Amino acid sequence: MKFETPATNNPIDQLKVVGRATDRIDGKFKTTGTAPYAYERHDVAANQAYGYVLGSAIAKGRIEKIDLAAAKAAPGVLAIVTTLDMPRLAKGPMNGAYLFGGAEIQHYHQAIAVVVAETFELARAATSLIRVQYDRAHGKFDLKGEARSAPLVGADSKEGGEHRVGEFEKAFSAAPVTLDQTYSTPDESHAAMEPHATIAWWNGDQVTLWTSNQMIAWGKRDVAKALGLSPQNVRLDSPYVGGGFGGKLFLRADAVLAALGSRAAGRPVKLAMARPVIANNTTHRPATIQRIRIGAGKDGKITAIAHESTSGNLPDGDPETAVDQTKLLYAGANRLTSMRLAMLDLPEGNAMRAPGEAPGMMALEIAIDEVAEKLGMDPVQLRIVNDTQTDPEKPDRRFSQRQLIECLKIGAKKFGWDRRNAKPGSITDGRWLVGMGVAAGFRNNLLMKSGARVRLDVKGIVTVETDMTDIGTGTYTIIAQTAAEMMGLGLDQVRVKLGDSDFPASAGSGGQWGANNSTAGVYAACAKLRDAVAQKLGFNSVDATFSDGVVKSGNKTARLADAARDGVLVAEDFIEYGDLAKTYQQSTFAGHFVEVAVDRFTGESRVRRMLAVCAAGRMLNPKSARSQVIGAMTMGVGAALMEELAVDKRHGFFVNHDLAGYEVPVHADIPHQEVIFLDETDPISSPMKAKGVGELGLCGVGAAIANAVYNATGVRVRDYPITLDKMLDQMPEVA
Amino acid sequence: MTRSLGVVGTSEACIATHPSDMAIAMRTLDATVETIEPSGKTRTIPIADFHNLPGDTPHIETALQPGEFITSVTLPKPVGGKHIYRKVRDRASYAFALVSVGAIVQPDGTGRVAVGGVAHKPWRVEAAEAELPRGAKATTARLLDGAKPTDENKFKLALVERTLASVLAEAKG
Repeated sequence: MKFETPATNNPIDQLKVVGRATDRIDGKFKTTGTAPYAYERHDVAANQAYGYVLGSAIAKGRIEKIDLAAAKAAPGVLAIVTTLDMPRLAKGPMNGAYLFGGAEIQHYHQAIAVVVAETFELARAATSLIRVQYDRAHGKFDLKGEARSAPLVGADSKEGGEHRVGEFEKAFSAAPVTLDQTYSTPDESHAAMEPHATIAWWNGDQVTLWTSNQMIAWGKRDVAKALGLSPQNVRLDSPYVGGGFGGKLFLRADAVLAALGSRAAGRPVKLAMARPVIANNTTHRPATIQRIRIGAGKDGKITAIAHESTSGNLPDGDPETAVDQTKLLYAGANRLTSMRLAMLDLPEGNAMRAPGEAPGMMALEIAIDEVAEKLGMDPVQLRIVNDTQTDPEKPDRRFSQRQLIECLKIGAKKFGWDRRNAKPGSITDGRWLVGMGVAAGFRNNLLMKSGARVRLDVKGIVTVETDMTDIGTGTYTIIAQTAAEMMGLGLDQVRVKLGDSDFPASAGSGGQWGANNSTAGVYAACAKLRDAVAQKLGFNSVDATFSDGVVKSGNKTARLADAARDGVLVAEDFIEYGDLAKTYQQSTFAGHFVEVAVDRFTGESRVRRMLAVCAAGRMLNPKSARSQVIGAMTMGVGAALMEELAVDKRHGFFVNHDLAGYEVPVHADIPHQEVIFLDETDPISSPMKAKGVGELGLCGVGAAIANAVYNATGVRVRDYPITLDKMLDQMPEVA
Repeated sequence: MTRSLGVVGTSEACIATHPSDMAIAMRTLDATVETIEPSGKTRTIPIADFHNLPGDTPHIETALQPGEFITSVTLPKPVGGKHIYRKVRDRASYAFALVSVGAIVQPDGTGRVAVGGVAHKPWRVEAAEAELPRGAKATTARLLDGAKPTDENKFKLALVERTLASVLAEAKG
């Protein structure tokens, strides 16, 4: 099904199942420990052996020699595969760093060997006996040091990589109120609860990987490429994923090494990346340095806006696209955005939840707060006067839906924004200084082709099969809701099977595109199944209605199950998109409001309450959508107040590579969160009229917290995370 | 990288901090540690002598001999006054202290203070305690005299002073 014109009334609009707050259909499996994650698939292959990965101890250079004598002699060892056993393995288009093979070291903890043994402990013990001789080379590890000479990238105009509209410099110098500030965000780790893990087993030339991956079709393609196999000889199965956040979008070393280890040992091999290896072996959100200049009139209207970001990566890596939202969020005739990319020898920077917008909004939305203060204007009002209903670069291109003003107004009212004192440091509660902050939330809505297969059996059960993944987001449930709505069934008459590469390829989970696209794919398949049912029953498919397990057309009525009495009815289709995403700008919007208390003695910042008001199309399942948003808000607290991969600039690695050193929020950090969804449907987006929301909840939160800390204390921190060491010397005297 | 590490009592070999909370409180209270050796020999070690500074043997962290283990810890009779333990950290729970302060403050303003997160052992300087009635600034100056912080952890000097000020204010309140 090609979606080319705005959606009209369709079966989803009945909202008998879709749009209702629904418990996860997989919830009981998770809460009873019966949802098998990759490392727990004990039943898929008998006689599983254990793999353990050795990571490089240098960040750059070459391996001269690997001495395996002691490791091979260790008890229980079945096989050892080292990176010197093969040339560099080919990598997929999304990977920056090579995953295995060859003598060259690109980054610290790059996988250089896998030991397969009878038990986990024996594999780990033998790995510790491997002796490696390195030829260490000089590397570049300091983004700040490299930033000055970093070249412009992403050139889409003639100005040498700068993206320009109007005349920024002229308008900026003429503006009565200006801001010119630099902000920075650190390297961050996804820190998913479930480590990257795979069980691999070969049958001749065919390999099956029971793994944890967000994008099954990409994974299958890239396994085939890395191992030199035909794609039809590769199967991935990933029905449950214990958190991805972008860290499992692409093929990683766990899958490659499980496959290589299994082939060498002639046994199924189970392997997980050890926690201390994950931060440096896998990907991370790259640090950014962002300069923002804003010029505004006395009325608050922005006349000039520039956002320039610098990040670093390995030679095949991409920049962090932190300027993207600045092209679209606020009006203003004169605009400049650009990105610089420094070559660094740190581990690969790549997508982490809301890549681009998450760090970009952390900077931009502090800048807006600073401009509001210069203007003596309420920061909510400043955002309202700079709203635009069209793409600021292309005025004839409208937003499909844009309710940012409503999000901010409703949020301000519900949060009690009128109780905020604009003068920083004026509200105290015992030893605490209390402040409020606001930020806009913004994240684009992305459209991806997505397929599904649906089966109707004689019992009236509909089974959906798609390689879509549920990374904790609630996908199982919204897919079941979609199929139930389309086929006129209850949720208990729908089965959902996900994550198997033998199923039709889906959009996968990433970029907050999963929900809208994967359910639209199921919609397409169900539309075909409805036709097949009508045809089988001899009904006119155009006016057939499906409700309560019964199909009606004119004066004819039949049970849905009757259509399958001669055999299971199967339909397969996919959703693909015309040019509505070109004709319209599709984005999602939020108003983030935060209250923070800062200890006036110690400078400790603690969030007291948070509110997000979201306008992001139809909420397919308001309950799991809320979970997505509060989870994202929590991640925003981490980004604002504590998360930072500390770079060892001498040896070139992330030092705090475990969950004790890399702090993410704990329950005590998150006392009260509220989410409001505006009643919105977006017929431009898909037949589901839904959009993404899982990343919107993160974009802007960090800046709202930074702005609240400023309002509480008068201390403006522009370098995340906002830790007390950056504030103490500006805090009021206490002794 | 050195943000969480020690500022006093450090050595060329090691600037790691002693991480526990309990030992800071026990040092404030002047606990004693009872031990037994494999031979059956027992001894009592004052908590002040239990933890070592790193020197050039940072791997030898306590006075315990190989094979010797702790059988009990004895807290002396309560000394009165207000007992306060304040832990400062980057998140609200489940984190090591950037700085912690264990204090006993008597009604006349005298008292004891031990500090965590700054040294290889619970850090207590009896001479500094004489300054307690004069407040956090004077006490901290003596307590952290000779500190050798890094650029990344020099904030701990101010943080100890401000945390102690908070503790003394609480004791007074």
